[in-house]
Amino acid sequence: MMKFFSQSSEKGDLVLIALFAVAVFTMPIWLAPFGANYPDLMQRFAIFGIFATGFNILFGLTGYLSFGHAAFLGVGSYTAVWTFKLLGMNPIPAVIASVVVAGVFALVIGFISLRRSGIYFSILTLAFAQMCYNLAYSVLTPITNGETGLRVLHEDPRIFDDKTVETTGPLISQIFGYQMQGMTGFYFCGILLVITVFIAMRIFRSPFGMMLKAVKTNQNRLNYTGVNTRPYTLAAFVISGMYAGLAGALMCIIDPLAGAERMQWTASGEVVLMTILGGVGTIIGPIIGAGLIKYFENIFSAFNDQTLANIYSFLPDGLSEVLVSVTSLFVGEGWHLSLGILFMLIVIFLPGGVTEGLSRIGKLIARRTGKAQKNENEGGRRSSPMPGE
Amino acid sequence: MDAILLQVLNGLDKGAAYALIALGLTLIFGTLGVVNFAHGALFMLGAFCAVTINRALTLEKVALSETQTTAWGTPLEIRTPYAQEWFGDFGLTIIDYSVPLSILIAIPFMLLVGIAMERGLVRFFYKRPHAEQILVTFGLAIVLQEIVKAIYGANPIQQDAPSIVQGAADIGALFGDPGALVYPWWRIVYLIFSGVVIAAVFAFLQFTTFGMVVRAGMADRETVGLLGINIDRRFTIVFGIAAVVAGLAGVMYTPILPPDYHIGMDFLVLSFVVVVVGGMGSLPGAVAAGFLLGVLQSFASMTAVRDILSKVGIVGLDQIIIYLVAIVVLLVRPRGLMGRKGVME
Repeated sequence: MMKFFSQSSEKGDLVLIALFAVAVFTMPIWLAPFGANYPDLMQRFAIFGIFATGFNILFGLTGYLSFGHAAFLGVGSYTAVWTFKLLGMNPIPAVIASVVVAGVFALVIGFISLRRSGIYFSILTLAFAQMCYNLAYSVLTPITNGETGLRVLHEDPRIFDDKTVETTGPLISQIFGYQMQGMTGFYFCGILLVITVFIAMRIFRSPFGMMLKAVKTNQNRLNYTGVNTRPYTLAAFVISGMYAGLAGALMCIIDPLAGAERMQWTASGEVVLMTILGGVGTIIGPIIGAGLIKYFENIFSAFNDQTLANIYSFLPDGLSEVLVSVTSLFVGEGWHLSLGILFMLIVIFLPGGVTEGLSRIGKLIARRTGKAQKNENEGGRRSSPMPGE
Repeated sequence: MDAILLQVLNGLDKGAAYALIALGLTLIFGTLGVVNFAHGALFMLGAFCAVTINRALTLEKVALSETQTTAWGTPLEIRTPYAQEWFGDFGLTIIDYSVPLSILIAIPFMLLVGIAMERGLVRFFYKRPHAEQILVTFGLAIVLQEIVKAIYGANPIQQDAPSIVQGAADIGALFGDPGALVYPWWRIVYLIFSGVVIAAVFAFLQFTTFGMVVRAGMADRETVGLLGINIDRRFTIVFGIAAVVAGLAGVMYTPILPPDYHIGMDFLVLSFVVVVVGGMGSLPGAVAAGFLLGVLQSFASMTAVRDILSKVGIVGLDQIIIYLVAIVVLLVRPRGLMGRKGVME
């Protein structure tokens, strides 16, 4: 898989994106054996895939580690709900408005934060995100509805909605009569995922993307050669902010509710985690990472002592009780513990994430079959997926 | 005037906690060049040291009363802490002083934790990019936090200050105006305590041979190493000291704010801002910025100030003042207030 993704040609890209689209849209089929083929989870795969892909455009290409990306997600969510409230439940204006507003936010925050690099940049973005979070909780309550969360009400203006066929049930986003729920909602997110991944792919291959990679490799040298890197990094920051805004909008299209906790810095940490887990600087990596985390979150947090007891029921009583009490630390409520351990293991032993692991295995197999020579050449050409400063 | 003084005091004790954590962060950063996102978790571990000691001291012996019965007719349970059982009134005094006594246990414990962390994890990351250092320590923080949550649950656990320093001090009375300025005793204790800890760390670095070597190592690690000094081992101990400072800050903070498992994360974000404002790698900068931001925050939340600000259309400044100051400082003085040239450029 990875070998295809590392080759670059325009035709190849189209083939790849077609393959990717097929993979996304057949998710209900091939995820069935894993028990993950229900719409709610697949929607989350797609949404967080978009979020992580956008984050990767910044972190993977330029090496700037933003710890405040959740702010854009939150801004996107609030914008989406406000367009629902004012313009009606059509998802298209919500998506457009969210992307634009998140982009403007990213422009302002990026303009200031990108004056510094390294750890200072991380802290500046963190500070901005915490500011947004605190404001959303306190002063901006008229806009964000504070702790309760912002939701669409029946008495909202919604000027483009057809008020004659008013129902009393919960308001659901819809387009051409398709309600953005269940499988329809998933396909909507899936289409956007494919589009955004295609855009990300084009960015990775473009001269602009090359410039960003150069920033990551050695920004000083670029500066000495007379290149002003700021516009490039700022553009990358804005693009990734727009991706986050889109993800936020999609969350609200699926479920028209926006809360401030989406902006908390732990949420920013989560997207960093997804990107690292999947593989920084690769196109497919962040999507794999997002999928894995959301999948295991879903599976692990559903476990409780009873289900564990059933799993271990074939063992003798005493042993199974011990195993249940040990395992229950890592699942259910304690799922974050396994997440933290997994995260540490990945950073320590496999900084390139799952994709690096896969390509290592691939190389190993290739070497076994006697094609070592050819593969080494290829490995030398490919840029290292290690995140740099 | 009284109100202003009160806000200064209020800000100082919060600032003291920021300053202690930021001091440890800066020590680690200045010596080892590592950005430690798990420092908040060390603060939390310290706080839970106090909780553990308190639990251990108040372990109770349950005896059934022979004469008294409860309303349900069962014999009344008489619960006496073992400490009281064994030492009588002295035992009760020990329980009363459990928070300050925890310091005695917390110092060796945190030192061990710090050294284990450095030897076991952080030292493998010296040569790796800062992003990876941030990520691995962030992961460690999650793990520590979740372990504590698994043991102690998710709810905050109230800890009491010794009864002698419970209640509030009438500071106004000192200036001949009783009741004008009332301030909790324990916060005064915390303020003095943090001052002592900060002074001790500075004295240690300034007046001992060990400290001198460490300062030399901070300036030029390679040369110190070439002189035949095992600088790595000393830096390991410095990491331990930084952990102790954070842990002590946590122990003593428990009566002010009941600790829960994410108390460290809440403080960490602010402490990072403090470190950056103070200047990465500058110890006096970290301390000064800690107190400064603490006081600023408490001023911004003053009712009078808020009224004035809301008249000119600014609301909610108290929520964001620290971050705002950080942004302004970083843009105006990119190295922070007292940052050194060439550190983390």
